[in-house]
Amino acid sequence: MSPTTERAARVAAPVLVGVLGLAVWQLLVSVLGVSEYLLPSPSEIWAELGENSQAIREAAWITGGNALAGLVFGAVLGVVLAALAGWARWFDGMLAPVVASVAVVPIVALAPVLNSMYGADSEYGRRAIAALAAFVPVFVNTLRGLRQTTPLHRDLMSTYAASGWQTFRALTLPSAAPYVLTGIRVATSLAVISALVAEYFGGPRGGLGSFISTSAATSAYARAWAYVAAAILLGLGAYLVTVLLERLVQHRLPTGNPR
Amino acid sequence: MQDAVRIEGVSKTFVTRSGQVHALADVSLTVGEGEFVSLIGPSGCGKSTLMRLVADLEQPTAGTVEVFGKTARKARVDQDYGIAFQQAGLLPWRTVAANIALPLEIHGVGRRERRSRVAELAEMVGLSDFADHHPDQLSGGMQQRVAIARALAERPRLLLMDEPFGALDEMTRERMQSELARITAETGAAVVFVTHSIPEAVFLSDRVVVMSPRPGRITSVITTGIGRDTARDEALRESPAFFEKVTEVRAALHGAPVRSPALEGR
Repeated sequence: MSPTTERAARVAAPVLVGVLGLAVWQLLVSVLGVSEYLLPSPSEIWAELGENSQAIREAAWITGGNALAGLVFGAVLGVVLAALAGWARWFDGMLAPVVASVAVVPIVALAPVLNSMYGADSEYGRRAIAALAAFVPVFVNTLRGLRQTTPLHRDLMSTYAASGWQTFRALTLPSAAPYVLTGIRVATSLAVISALVAEYFGGPRGGLGSFISTSAATSAYARAWAYVAAAILLGLGAYLVTVLLERLVQHRLPTGNPR
Repeated sequence: MQDAVRIEGVSKTFVTRSGQVHALADVSLTVGEGEFVSLIGPSGCGKSTLMRLVADLEQPTAGTVEVFGKTARKARVDQDYGIAFQQAGLLPWRTVAANIALPLEIHGVGRRERRSRVAELAEMVGLSDFADHHPDQLSGGMQQRVAIARALAERPRLLLMDEPFGALDEMTRERMQSELARITAETGAAVVFVTHSIPEAVFLSDRVVVMSPRPGRITSVITTGIGRDTARDEALRESPAFFEKVTEVRAALHGAPVRSPALEGR
């Protein structure tokens, strides 16, 4: 296969799978007569998407905004605390158990608590949950990245009589950059999912998660699915943005063999 | 004239889990201003450790190390030496020019002066056309040249080199040796050069210091008699005087004339 046809095939294959899947789905519902309560057909979901496009866009905006706010706060916190932990072993020792506990906190348990803590009309509870979810992968990856300097490079900085801050800026931080980006990539999906799930447990109305649950509760299954589709698009979009960001920065930081 | 390096009665003991390792025992050595001195010996003879003591990357257990009449620490802080290791140790995310500029950047040299100095150094090591390349786009020999340019950035009067050509193929290696000889002649810097290649040591040096292991110590010092003004070229490599010195260093390394392995087997 020539490179062009190969590339075309690489794009066409998943599209074909998707179209086939939708066709089978539609067939199951309209020909075999699967009940609408169990599974609305793609055409119905598509119609709901069109009818509620305004509401869906607003909801996606709210959920996306909460996820972004949480991601930014969680990522900044993760990088700063990882820098401190990389700098002082005792701080790392102090922080490690806290991070380990944050990593295993179930969103389901924390969301109602935070939502009632900040009040029923505040988005802060949801943002805090997204931030917590984003913090862990950024912290863990950054800390690992900060430990990637080689003894040779550390010797070199030492022969330059470089200060701790100079070594951090010229050597430690750039070595860690690809790891920070990987952490952010993982954190992005988590922040979106967490912001969405947090909406199930109180807080103001609005946001994809709360509309999925209210639509399902009023038996508007096709509409619920339309919101699910929007949530998938939001998550994919956020993921793509971070992948692009990662590519862009890695292009500027070629990670060849550190010879 | 002030000596570049003065090492007196230096011992170095490393404490490891399996006990103490005597890396160096009572070593004394002086390197004059502008002198090229090679340290040669088998693995574990402490030649790299000795160089690292001069660089203040290790501290001696006993004895003193002076660089240009100062403590090794003061000389390091004052940037009196430049250093190159077996691995080029370039920062992969920086271009060739930015790698050469690294020490200048850290010592707060202004942007404009930095740029002209980098251009000068890239020219000296023949990499002007590659200034914007990244290290992973360069061959091993080119990377090592960048490392040498970086070591020369602060115009040091002393150059410390730890097997800088050890990872290069033979042809590249010989070319790099000639270039290093030219560069040190241009800059007039003293050099402490760690190697385990006998021809390399003889070709480059004023004096070859032969060391032996367990514990690391100096067993002999051989003056090559190849003056600074002698061209380091192919003719030198094929001259009888060169071969004579190679044989002399080899004999000193083995402690006695070499016996053939076939005879030893019986």
